[in-house]
Amino acid sequence: MSLYKLSVNDRDIICESGETVLDACLRENIDIPYGCRQGACQSCMVRSLQGPPPSAAQDGLKEVLRHQHYFLACLCYPQQDMAISISPPAEFFTEATVIEKSLLNAETLQLTLQCQETMDYYAGQFVNLKRADGLTRSYSIANNRLHANKLSFHIRRLAGGRFSEWAHQELNVGDKLEVSDPQGLCYYLPTSQENNLLLIGTGSGLAPLAGIVSEALHHGHKGAIHLFHGSREMDGLYWLEEMQDLASQYPNFHYTPCISRGDAPEGVARGRANDVAMTLLPSLKGWRLYLCGHPDMVHQTKRQAFLHGAALQDIHADAFHVASATLD
Amino acid sequence: MSETTATLYEQLGGEAAVNAAVDIFYRKVLSDHRINRFFDNTDMDKQAAKQKSFLTMAFGGPNNYSGADMRQAHAHLVKKLGLDDSHFDAVVEDLAATLQELNVPQELINQVAAIAESTRNDVLDR
Ligand SMILES: Cc1cc2nc3c(=O)[nH]c(=O)nc-3n(C[C@H](O)[C@H](O)[C@H](O)COP(=O)(O)OP(=O)(O)OC[C@H]3O[C@@H](n4cnc5c(N)ncnc54)[C@H](O)[C@@H]3O)c2cc1C
Ligand code: FES
Repeated sequence: MSLYKLSVNDRDIICESGETVLDACLRENIDIPYGCRQGACQSCMVRSLQGPPPSAAQDGLKEVLRHQHYFLACLCYPQQDMAISISPPAEFFTEATVIEKSLLNAETLQLTLQCQETMDYYAGQFVNLKRADGLTRSYSIANNRLHANKLSFHIRRLAGGRFSEWAHQELNVGDKLEVSDPQGLCYYLPTSQENNLLLIGTGSGLAPLAGIVSEALHHGHKGAIHLFHGSREMDGLYWLEEMQDLASQYPNFHYTPCISRGDAPEGVARGRANDVAMTLLPSLKGWRLYLCGHPDMVHQTKRQAFLHGAALQDIHADAFHVASATLD
Repeated sequence: MSETTATLYEQLGGEAAVNAAVDIFYRKVLSDHRINRFFDNTDMDKQAAKQKSFLTMAFGGPNNYSGADMRQAHAHLVKKLGLDDSHFDAVVEDLAATLQELNVPQELINQVAAIAESTRNDVLDR
């Protein structure tokens, strides 16, 4: 008979043979959410803190969740002692210094920070930036993993936005900020290199997507990579030349800037980025998707992509909750 | 019944069958103009998980669905959006079409439909 020790938050309990992690926790009155007890509802998702859990316990989870050792407690029969976390881990912050500020367009600031510690992140993840008085906002990392000490961000100025307006106007080179651990599941993994990638972003949603594109190209991603960046008008776009250069350098990278109002100049598509993408790419079976930007766009595109054949597991998204001036 | 008789769930192929069906079924439901407005604001991942639980139940598999859960989950749709028999029928139709697409024999489809049917009054809060 095999008994394994489970360290759950601050407690050590025993998981008896033939018992799942969920059952053991419930027997010990450890409060753990659950619903179906059969791996369907995913409400009992917890995280292994010491190496990968049994793979059967990760059935049906997104690849990035498996990669971070999340698993379903109701499907998990331990094969060794385990330490697991039920609640999301406490956030850790590290100090960083502003080393560069420049404008990408009239409303988007590129901010580069030098971090005191090397950051372990994946292209596409975000961090929380905290200023001295505690005001905290999430911003996506715009660079790839090669610059683990330097993080750059694209921060769009919102009229009356407490953090973004302050970052644009008052934050200076040499100032310090607190940076959280990287978070989020909208990131690139160099697995399934043959899969096609579709990235759709609006406004500063280009930041994580540019990081992902750069990471994918760096790893020699083999499938096609299609990036659609949208804004209402030309002013809202940026990095057109940089992306066009990349596209001419890498035959499998395709870039389509889109504007939803007015006449589109040559090389720019007319329409919303998601609609343009769906028209050009009618079948998304087997594709991996990354969607970043306005919540309505993200929500609508998830559904469109699913109906065009993409599996939900392959759709990664970060919705930016911004009230925006130039986006439709 | 002999000991070797497989349950409906097993005959259909168990969890693998549920996984295959959930994608097709959910796409059908979302493209069905009679009912897709009920899903306008839902979180797609959570809803897919719910579809999976629903199919597991309809296939006669292990499940924890109770009539009370069904009532609770749909009550606001009945009250606020007017969920009624016609919508329930549409879902049952989409479910049957899904199984046909997966080449499930008609006899098993009928059994699945009968299980789904048994939840009608709970879903419609009567
Ligand atoms: C995962 C994630 C990643 C993100 N990545 C990025 C990124 O890469 N780049 C980026 O630019 N943003 C990103 N965001 C959005 C970002 O976190 C902030 O939400 C955004 O910058 C606005 O913060 P703020 O403090 O400037 O605005 P807030 O002060 O929070 O205000 C937000 C909006 O509400 C309006 N508002 C504020 N107060 C009021 C009021 N009292 N009445 C009416 N309206 C009001 C403001 O005018 C503004 O338009 C991300 C968000 C998430 C969740
Ligand atoms: S309780 Fe539903 S997935 Fe574990």
